[in-house]
Amino acid sequence: MYKWILAWRYFRKRPITLLAVAAVALCVFIVVVVMTVMNGLVGEFREKNHLYVGDCVISSDSLVGFGYYEPFVDQLIGQPFVEAVSPVVRQVGLLTQPGQTWNMGVEIVGVDPRFHARATGFGDSLHFRSDTPDLAFVPLYDSSLEGCVVGIDKIVRRSPDGDYLHDPEPYPFTLILSSFPLNTRGLPTRVGTDMVSSRTFYYSDNSHSGLVKVDANVVYIPLDRAQTLCGMDSPLRRVNEISISFRPGVSLAHGVAQVQTLWHAHVAAHRDQPGGDLFDYVAVESWQQNRRAFIAPMEKEQTMLILLFLMLGIITVFIVFVVLYMIVSHSGRDIGILRSIGAPTGGVVVVFEGFAILTGLVGAATGAGAGMLFLWRINAIEDWLHRTRGWQLWDRSVYAIGDIPNQIDPVLIASVFGAAIIACIIGGLVPSLKAGLKRPVETLQVSQL
Amino acid sequence: MTAIIKAREIHKSYKMGKSTLDVLRGVDLSVKKGEFLVIVGASGSGKSTLLHILGALDQPTKGSVEFDGIRLNTLWGRKLDRFRNHTVGFVFQFYHLLNELSVLENVLAPAMASTGTLGWLTVRKRTINRAEKLLEQFGLKDRLGHKPYELSGGERQRTALARALINQPQVLLADEPTGNLDSRTGSGILESLSTLHQAGQTIVMVTHDERIAGRAGRVIRLTDGRVQEI
Repeated sequence: MYKWILAWRYFRKRPITLLAVAAVALCVFIVVVVMTVMNGLVGEFREKNHLYVGDCVISSDSLVGFGYYEPFVDQLIGQPFVEAVSPVVRQVGLLTQPGQTWNMGVEIVGVDPRFHARATGFGDSLHFRSDTPDLAFVPLYDSSLEGCVVGIDKIVRRSPDGDYLHDPEPYPFTLILSSFPLNTRGLPTRVGTDMVSSRTFYYSDNSHSGLVKVDANVVYIPLDRAQTLCGMDSPLRRVNEISISFRPGVSLAHGVAQVQTLWHAHVAAHRDQPGGDLFDYVAVESWQQNRRAFIAPMEKEQTMLILLFLMLGIITVFIVFVVLYMIVSHSGRDIGILRSIGAPTGGVVVVFEGFAILTGLVGAATGAGAGMLFLWRINAIEDWLHRTRGWQLWDRSVYAIGDIPNQIDPVLIASVFGAAIIACIIGGLVPSLKAGLKRPVETLQVSQL
Repeated sequence: MTAIIKAREIHKSYKMGKSTLDVLRGVDLSVKKGEFLVIVGASGSGKSTLLHILGALDQPTKGSVEFDGIRLNTLWGRKLDRFRNHTVGFVFQFYHLLNELSVLENVLAPAMASTGTLGWLTVRKRTINRAEKLLEQFGLKDRLGHKPYELSGGERQRTALARALINQPQVLLADEPTGNLDSRTGSGILESLSTLHQAGQTIVMVTHDERIAGRAGRVIRLTDGRVQEI
């Protein structure tokens, strides 16, 4: 009992304690704030990638794509674990306007909006037709024209604050999309000056997926038009990708495994047919596997950040070690007294480890509390800094980031809290053992001098 | 009466650079149960060192101490802590109270150290009663909640005395208990020690003041690290 009383009194009465508490609080504050923002960014990025392709993706490495997809799509739709299925064409293309000399490289994405909006987050990414995604390719200004959905960064300007400056309704831009049709062997289907296939579309909507590379490159057009434009309509009707979403409650791993089983059976049934060799380049993956090239670098940065914070933890350990070492050095007399009245080594260790734990508890609580408070107001603070000083954490005119993520994760808070206390226990271990192993007569005689 | 402490051929040396300082040079000593033994000697004669060895705060370089039939050099760890906690009670010249604790808490500290948290909760009430009685006996009833630095020298030493007695030790070891007090306050402390002795408490006291020795049942002198009976 005396151990905890003494630990508490030492904690309250020694001014140097404030230094240790402040160090722990600062470390916890930094870790909570930065990890929350980083985790939020990574989480948002993952979710955006998930929404972009659906739960499961069957995709080909080849621009040629693969055929015989229709019976497989029908088969999938009949499965109880499948919510929606959307075949997709993805091809490189050029975008220009009538009478203009400029052109820019784009990714032509052919989808059926009725299916694609259910299999992915496509519907929610639309600006004008978000409530009626089936009409994504029907321009508001003239429903008889064939529309296209353009990536938001290609067509909508942004303010310095990063806000998109949308028009009340889509401006009637006429856009010409060109593609280079390939046959099933990967060779141009046409020769000479006729090797390019072009078609005119009218701007009907823009799509904001939140993924910079997508929003700056993609032009969505109707699936059948994309197949025709890209030469994927004959002699074998082909697509490059099938996006699948699972019903709620179906685990990703289980759903993907089932799709893989069905796909292998489908491939076996069609491999010997013309163009069946194109199945060799097709993989069935979860959205995480499919988008790993994009997600992995960010996750790697997150890991690097955790490693950096581990170093911060080591600094915390060292600060607590130094503070406790100083306290133990100045408490020789007390240690001698405790040992002379029969306090065991373990008891003396607990006095100083108790001090370290209290330092950890108060420091971590202060840091976590301050961190949560700061996160709660982080966007208001950034807005204020931007208004008064013109400073932004990220230049919104450059980076496609909206609010700073500030969603408090209780698991993160608990982990950092626990880690701070463990760091304090580790930091206090050597000085506490040093105190516990002191010979009473040494310290008492020295203090009598 | 039987001897409770038997010290044989106690030597204690300290290394001082290349030379060795022999503080105790073959001390033989026995203390009987219920005895009030005073050890006198000049400053630096090794009185405190001998007392520390008898109370297992220090170890002799050579020789052995038997306490109620137990050789102290065989004690270590928990047994040694228990010996310091239960068997002997120390009173130091400079009181050695913990400034972070109140008077009552200082007196209770040895009792707390001898029990775990759960054990303490069991004996808490009884022990607090005993501590309060001891402090009342030493005239500190109104000082229970005070911190040591708020007390006079005499009050501090009486608190230390109460602390030494809380676990009802077999032997009370007092190292110059009046050395830091004026003569009137010192007399009060000696009066308390005499009362305890009359109640059957075994006491070994170290002092350089030979006038105090008059109160003792037996006096020995330490000269050049050796014992002379007076």
